Amino acid sequence: MAVLTYREALNHALREEMRRDPDVFLMGEEVGEYDGAYKVSKGLLDEFGPKRVVDSPISELGFAGLGVGAAMVGLRPVIEFMTFNFAHLALDQVLSNAAKLHYMSDGQFDIPIVFRGPTGAALQLAAQHSQACETYYSHAPGCKVVTPGTPADAKGLLKASIRDDDPVIFMEGELLYNVKGEVPDDEDFVIPLGVADLKREGSDVSIITHGKMIHVALQAAAKLEKDGVQAEVLDLRTIRPLDMDAILTTVAKTNRVVYLEEGWPYAGTGAQVVSMIQEEAFDELDAPILRVTQADIPMPYAKNLEILAKPSAERVVDACNKVLYR
Amino acid sequence: MSETKTRKGAVKSDVLKPYGVTPELALELMQEMLLYRRFEEKAEEAYAIGKIGGFCHLHIGQEGGAAGSIKALREDDYVISAYREHTQAIAKGVSPNAVMAELYGRVGGASGGKGGSMHIFGAHVRFMGGHGIVGGQVPLATGFGWKIKYREEDSVVLCFMGDAAVNQGAFHESLNMAAVWKLPVIYVVEHNLYGMGTAFTRVSTTEMQDKSKAHGVPGTTVDGQDVLATYALFRKLAQEVRDGAGPKFVTLETYRFRGHSMSDPVSGTYRSTEEVEQRKKEDDPIAILRDKLFAGGLLDRSELEAMDAEARRIANEAAEFADNSPVPGPETLYRNVWAVENPNGRLFFDGRRRD
Repeated sequence: MAVLTYREALNHALREEMRRDPDVFLMGEEVGEYDGAYKVSKGLLDEFGPKRVVDSPISELGFAGLGVGAAMVGLRPVIEFMTFNFAHLALDQVLSNAAKLHYMSDGQFDIPIVFRGPTGAALQLAAQHSQACETYYSHAPGCKVVTPGTPADAKGLLKASIRDDDPVIFMEGELLYNVKGEVPDDEDFVIPLGVADLKREGSDVSIITHGKMIHVALQAAAKLEKDGVQAEVLDLRTIRPLDMDAILTTVAKTNRVVYLEEGWPYAGTGAQVVSMIQEEAFDELDAPILRVTQADIPMPYAKNLEILAKPSAERVVDACNKVLYR
Repeated sequence: MSETKTRKGAVKSDVLKPYGVTPELALELMQEMLLYRRFEEKAEEAYAIGKIGGFCHLHIGQEGGAAGSIKALREDDYVISAYREHTQAIAKGVSPNAVMAELYGRVGGASGGKGGSMHIFGAHVRFMGGHGIVGGQVPLATGFGWKIKYREEDSVVLCFMGDAAVNQGAFHESLNMAAVWKLPVIYVVEHNLYGMGTAFTRVSTTEMQDKSKAHGVPGTTVDGQDVLATYALFRKLAQEVRDGAGPKFVTLETYRFRGHSMSDPVSGTYRSTEEVEQRKKEDDPIAILRDKLFAGGLLDRSELEAMDAEARRIANEAAEFADNSPVPGPETLYRNVWAVENPNGRLFFDGRRRD
């Protein structure tokens, strides 16, 4: 085990997979000479050269589609979006092509591609740079959506995503890149897609969440513990495939659920998970499920307003207390 | 071959010489164009009686472009197109039976009945679809070019699009990247003057042949109704691109003899009946080649009739095959959504449980 930052863990995953498979290449804005806008690809150009670490023009639709085409004919592209806020420009290539070509062609083409980059808000970047984008992709059959929250998960899940034969939307977090954690050194350390992880055990209430929000959930759980409440934190890690077994297990254990996510509430991941819990575990529930999300507004710039708009540990604590009728 | 003899032995002026085309090849091109015409007419007929559903865009009038360009390629070259692609799929080697069965939505279809008219695929012959979003296939073609260069192969990519596609960002982003990385892609606009019902001149102040200039991609214009000229140009361009010249841009001037899709009238609010009739009379790619072959003594009327009968036979057989092919069973509904159904987690959210 080594202690790595989330950024380094991603870098190691890319490096190992590129060494393992010559068909893997990285393309995106600033990934080469600049070492990556967030330095995730640091040093990769030196090791693999400009053929495999490719600086693209600022043409999100274009290079996303180039990647899909390259995947159709057997390469395994990793396409970096500087942030998923910019990936809206490429949505047609992801949703109309990457997600549908396997089905439309009745399985004639696999699309083994990873689209990766940060999603969600950082600090005071205002509305156009502060969106959690996972539901745009998880909405579409054909896309797998992965949201690691720790360095170990980042490494293990990125390696699994690169090895997967379907399009994977791999969503990082700008505020996660410096987070440190223990990461296995094993070059075959791969975390299968579709396996949730219990980040904290508890018996009174389940906070189900994904991505960057696991850290908010853990803060909330620590606060609740001081009040004698044991909160369980279930990190979904991947949104499609979704570990429904783990969800049902925690629901059966605590009978009370709060869904926490960084994105907006309307048709959010939480809306989907809540719907499925009521369909499949209605009798296990002792209280209605509550959701904690970003305020249902474009992200404001002013620091105080931004804090009000984001999900916080305090709001999670309040929601937990409500479902506990405290 | 310096001159061509008729089979009756009389020496005629060599009509094929300017194109570098043998008589055999010219006759093949004629046979293929006849097939495309009769195939599309058969599809038109099947649509009218409800055998084909959805959108269906016919290539009638534009057969010269499909036959002439794809004939100039190798088997390991890639072809990708938009949604007026039935004949291009056949030209690249997808069987007429499989194309027709796809239009009928049957399991024997090129895409198992899941794609339909707009999504014909033939991975085995490198026919890469069949795409329904205007311009959406252009970045994919660029990606095929990327792979060819990445693997140091010598295939080329032919990317068809309609004239409306050049106003999409996908087109410009692709040409720019292809030029920067010198990718082996020939971008071909089938310029039939109208994007659906909007004349090209109403939505562009610059000429088609200038659209690639800003990206440094050399452009050429060819009369797509002249299949021999089209073949000659693509043979030359394919070789240049294969030899590392980088991307090319071709304006294939053509004309659609039918409506945009089956639900549109042939003429209408955006073009006059007179215009269509005149173009059909003067610019039919089959008639143009026919007249050349007649003039060269390479074909006579009865031989042409025999070729046409063969084309009709294949089209009829395709319709029969499609009719007899079963509809896809309900068990195929969820098949091939994913290449890998991961053993963990749920992938479907409509109540369907994994077994």
